[in-house]
Amino acid sequence: MTAKSLFEKVWQDHVVVPETDDTPAVLYIDLHLIHEVTTPQAFNVLRERGIRVRRPDLTLATMDHSTPTVPVTSLKDLDVVAEGSAARQIRQMIENCREFGIELHGFDRDTRGIVHVIGPELGATQPGKTIVCGDSHSSTHGAFGALAFGIGSTEVGHVLATQCLLQRRPRTLAVNINGQLAAGVTAKDIILALIAKIGVDGGTGHVIEYRGSTVAALDMEQRMTICNMSIEAGARAGMMAPDETTVEYLRGRPMAPQGADWDAAVKRWLALPSDPGASFDREVSLDASALEPMITFGTNPGMAIPVTAAIPERYSGPSFRKAMEYMQVEAGKPMLGKPVDLVFIGSCTNSRITDLRQVASVLRGRKVADNVKMLIVPGSQAIKQQAESEGLDEVFRAAGADWRESGCSMCLGMNGDTVPAGQLCVSTSNRNFEGRQGIGARTVLASPLTAAAAAVSGSIADPRTLETRQ
Amino acid sequence: MEKLTRLESRITLLPANDVDTDQIVPARFLTTTTRAGLGKALFADWRYDAAGQPKPDFVLNQPEAADSKVLVAGNNFGCGSSREHAPWALADFGFRAVISTAIADIFRNNSIKNGLVPVVVDQATHEWLMANPWETVTIDLERCELVLPDGSATSFPLDGFSRYCLMEGIDQLGYLQQQSPAIDRYEEQRPWKP
Repeated sequence: MTAKSLFEKVWQDHVVVPETDDTPAVLYIDLHLIHEVTTPQAFNVLRERGIRVRRPDLTLATMDHSTPTVPVTSLKDLDVVAEGSAARQIRQMIENCREFGIELHGFDRDTRGIVHVIGPELGATQPGKTIVCGDSHSSTHGAFGALAFGIGSTEVGHVLATQCLLQRRPRTLAVNINGQLAAGVTAKDIILALIAKIGVDGGTGHVIEYRGSTVAALDMEQRMTICNMSIEAGARAGMMAPDETTVEYLRGRPMAPQGADWDAAVKRWLALPSDPGASFDREVSLDASALEPMITFGTNPGMAIPVTAAIPERYSGPSFRKAMEYMQVEAGKPMLGKPVDLVFIGSCTNSRITDLRQVASVLRGRKVADNVKMLIVPGSQAIKQQAESEGLDEVFRAAGADWRESGCSMCLGMNGDTVPAGQLCVSTSNRNFEGRQGIGARTVLASPLTAAAAAVSGSIADPRTLETRQ
Repeated sequence: MEKLTRLESRITLLPANDVDTDQIVPARFLTTTTRAGLGKALFADWRYDAAGQPKPDFVLNQPEAADSKVLVAGNNFGCGSSREHAPWALADFGFRAVISTAIADIFRNNSIKNGLVPVVVDQATHEWLMANPWETVTIDLERCELVLPDGSATSFPLDGFSRYCLMEGIDQLGYLQQQSPAIDRYEEQRPWKP
């Protein structure tokens, strides 16, 4: 029998109709995550054609993108705090879920949160599943050994109607990450360093499998941070082998299998890792022990450097010059010491409890600098409660940071949380595209530790120079 | 979806690499619940000034762009977010094809479902296009070829199914629904249930 990769195992397990030269494969989807922004047009198509949702039980719905991060306890509140079209979109989501019989983790539920945060948190995300969402950061769920990828709204309609997608089999890319991380260096630094190395189109057409001793040593939350940003390298998806860390994370979660089903599932999950000798279309390697905290300087996530380094001069061409002008930075000079206006902690990349603990370890006993506004947005209501039970909210407030309800918030500025034009924001999110956080906003991507260090320093800082306090 | 076999149009040049879908349609326009009317949001932050007035030097604001159906952009066009609002906006503006040296995966998938042809060409062809603003080219789906004004043709990759759907204006949902006996069978017979 030929050796198979993790991807091949999950792919083959979900082929309903094999692909041919003329037709793509029909691929079964085990979990469909939906949110308010990319689904209304899909539900409209179903309504126009009189089609029902095939598997509402395999559909997990929440509200995150255009959702306010100030408290909303009733729909009357919503009209006060949300902009008109955002409020209408949220109401439409509630109506669509009601009409099509889908359980919605909405304002009245303490299970609400960013779609890629609550899937794992509820235990709906499991090894070996196929998972899709009308959101490119669906790659997050690959950290569990699921095949998870982003789709457009037309395809959201396809999954709602048939629980299947038409797919051509992607190529595979093995990313080998070995070595022990230095203090102050985290998963965010690994993925930024990788994208800087292979480029924002380095993974196009491929599913990445992250492998090696560094990956095996990471907890699930750090693994999710890496898989989350696979799309920023252009990859279709990112996956990691399920292991005991994965199993322990899922044990006892509300939507995880129970009893005898659990035992059978664990046995199946632990057989998923790539077989020895499995082949990949491409391979790249990264030495994790050589990594430093990373920050971005330009307008895509591949424009990243170690926090102590100078902006490289090896780039050329109009796109690079445009990015330098937009960011108001100069090649040959460091980002370190550059004054900061805003710090955003949040997004499906870095808003989980371990991220918040890291931020607290920097903020404890310190103050957010006078020139900086800091916004901390937990990934889910459950994380918010957990953080508050640990007293982290008090650490944040005492430092002068703003502590909010869950949502996508300032990652993409759809809900009113935006960065004013021209201001520099150090953000734990995933995209530093022009205008992503607001018209004219200048975004610097970094880890929670580096972002917190910038908040207390008032300028871009090396987190390794600040003593952390637990 | 409108059928498309052959498209002859002048080209509009956007010589930037890694154009992401946040540029194609900024997120603040994503609170819509329909697909209509997004053409006015296309490249909004590059196209309009702070007062909402068109910037005369941006290519889409030049008169030649008004009836252009083919956009030529730099490498890795459409990267980033999965928002289908990006091809909706391009199509609503009037584009029927995008030419680049590489096109991001999700954007490519979304484009094909909206009658927007993704055309990936080699570096030399791309350089020629970038050096010849507003020239007229032909995209021939029958042959999967881009034909330049001198009659020279370059083939571009497009799988048979996507090509068929674009040429016949076919909606893939109907095709998927026809697979329902196989989907029923798969659900019944699979060894584990999600």
